[in-house]
Amino acid sequence: MTVGAIVIGASAGGLDAVGKLLDSLPQDFAAPLIIVQHIPANAGDALPRRFQRHCRLPVREAEDKEPVAAGTVFVAPPDFHLMIEPGHRFSLSREERVNFSRPSIDVLFETAAEAYCSGLAGVILTGASADGAAGLARVKRMGGTSIVQDPETAEVDVMPRAAIAACAVDHVLPLAKIGPLLISLTSEGKNPCKPTS
Amino acid sequence: MTDPTRELENQRLEVRLLLEAIYLKSGFDFRGYAAAHIKRRLDHVRVQAGMAAFTDVIHRLIEDDDFFDTVLTALSINVTEMFRDPSFYRRIRETVIPHLKTYPFIKIWHAGCAAGQEVYSMAILLAEEGMKARTQIYATDINPPVLEAARRGIYPLEVMRQYTANYQKAGGTTSFSEYYTASEDAALLNGALKDNVLFSPHNLVTDGIFGEMNLIFCRNVLIYFGDDLQNQVIKLFLDSLCNGGFLCLGSKESLRFSEHADAFEVIDAREKIYRKKPVRARQERKEP
Repeated sequence: MTVGAIVIGASAGGLDAVGKLLDSLPQDFAAPLIIVQHIPANAGDALPRRFQRHCRLPVREAEDKEPVAAGTVFVAPPDFHLMIEPGHRFSLSREERVNFSRPSIDVLFETAAEAYCSGLAGVILTGASADGAAGLARVKRMGGTSIVQDPETAEVDVMPRAAIAACAVDHVLPLAKIGPLLISLTSEGKNPCKPTS
Repeated sequence: MTDPTRELENQRLEVRLLLEAIYLKSGFDFRGYAAAHIKRRLDHVRVQAGMAAFTDVIHRLIEDDDFFDTVLTALSINVTEMFRDPSFYRRIRETVIPHLKTYPFIKIWHAGCAAGQEVYSMAILLAEEGMKARTQIYATDINPPVLEAARRGIYPLEVMRQYTANYQKAGGTTSFSEYYTASEDAALLNGALKDNVLFSPHNLVTDGIFGEMNLIFCRNVLIYFGDDLQNQVIKLFLDSLCNGGFLCLGSKESLRFSEHADAFEVIDAREKIYRKKPVRARQERKEP
């Protein structure tokens, strides 16, 4: 199975964890990476600027109706939910918080799962929240690949444990092994789930 | 277990039927809205109502008018604040107001005005710039109860602290408390702010143009539309603006992905302030 897009969810401890993960990816990394990191509503553009320091790929905030582009890291803007439409474009929403969060990891993962089906990999990293557990289960159910940071190695283990409890996760790995797995998942073939409009 | 891909295809079909039912029943047309967003909202309604399938939602909304209203409410998002994104209002003062001051009379359209917070923000800004008396403001929304709330101009007292902070950051020139009267739990905006403001229902999807606007605000409305519908509504704005008129979108919205992007000049890419190019200049550029 090959992967056409990767969604990543992180909360407490995520700034370092996502930074390290991005640092492990090469400049020619093929798939788009789409990140929800819980962050205060007034954070401005601090998140993409911080992640860019660690990353050879371009990092930017996802804009509404922007096509999901390969080889790019997209970050959900503060105080908006980030979704992926069936035609592989982003859409944003100001609807109510989900799991006390906006952006919510579940919202991204559930819509991405339906847009990419088996062509998606979902990664849950450190966090003190249950956000992302239902989303990762949806990724798994639609045939995608589910990956969770080993709770023993996570700065905060609540979110990884909630995700592991929610579905039969494909890969439970320490952070250092997640980057190489993503590289091997994306290195061959095309995304099998074509965009639909 | 059912095949999840087939299940998803069936759900998408049911959602389309559901939107068709809403349209046939009421004329409200959500068929061009962003599909992922709509499906999430309807799923929320379905779960809240304890129903197994979207087809159950269809049956109930056809027969039960109260339930129909619940569905409509779930499909409209009306979250906003006065002077939301203060830096945006500072840029309006700096870049748009000087142009508008050169006109003897101006027309402003707030498209999708929700409960009026942005309308009154602009009314305050215009008053402080000495332009309120020569401005006509049109404030429209699809949702009648929300429009009624906008007309009243009463907000919970607990949000006024946030609004006050926003006002100060937005470059307000006096004290925000000058603009409202506080009771025990609510703030009533001054009646004078409503002078020259016309609230009226308007559906961006199915209704026509508003003529010769100098400035159109449509912030955090287009995010809920699919790309085809976005193009259609941006064309509606284009046709509703006078030459050199301004269009202001929400902070995370953009004309970059629209087929009408070339018809506008970018005034401030960060604050999403655009200006309609003169029609003649656009036609000349298209010739070989």
